[in-house]
Amino acid sequence: MRNSLREERFSIETTIVNILIILLMSTGVIFSLVTALGLIRLPDVYTRTHAASKSSTLGVLCVLSATFIHFWLVEGIFNTQMVIAIAFLFITAPVGGHLIGRAAYMSGIKVAEETVRDDMAGALKEQKKKLMDNKTTEE
Amino acid sequence: MMMFYWISLIIVSIGFTGLLFRLVKGPTIADRVVALDAIGISLVSIVALLSLIYETEFFLEIILLLSILSFIGTIAFAKFLERGEIFDRNNNR
Repeated sequence: MRNSLREERFSIETTIVNILIILLMSTGVIFSLVTALGLIRLPDVYTRTHAASKSSTLGVLCVLSATFIHFWLVEGIFNTQMVIAIAFLFITAPVGGHLIGRAAYMSGIKVAEETVRDDMAGALKEQKKKLMDNKTTEE
Repeated sequence: MMMFYWISLIIVSIGFTGLLFRLVKGPTIADRVVALDAIGISLVSIVALLSLIYETEFFLEIILLLSILSFIGTIAFAKFLERGEIFDRNNNR
């Protein structure tokens, strides 16, 4: 009797859910640490943007998915806001990284010395000319 | 399981400290904006881990709010860096 109760408590479903949560959470935490490592070690604004947008998005998505699965399958609460937050972060975090990189290039921050190719060099001149034209038409 | 959540929270906090280092030191403004964006995203995972540790679902409403505020702040900083102003009156662009 007591033996069967103990088996009930550590059932196979609980084990599977816990393994799933631990796998997702470990992936997310490792990617969060990789984000900090990239932001400290990389030489340039643009490479830092690369680290901050991609790996931190994947890390936070894994952590939020683990939280959602824990509240859904262990505590029985289906939280819809978590789904919206996961979708929103999945869309907006790379867009923010792209915008910062473009703004940094347009405001004239130099690339690192190890860079071998710069495809935006023509676009910068065009943008500056456009800005000057707009300023002259305003006056 | 609770021990695992605490260890995850400690590792994420170590990463958070590294981001704070880049926020303080960063040579240009764009570095600091990148660090602020990553701090906002890292704060979301810290709030999720705290709600797991305290076993309450009321913290989860902060997650959506924090991600929206971080995205809007990033866009405002990017526009300020590129144009030199945030609200422009000229509608012909």
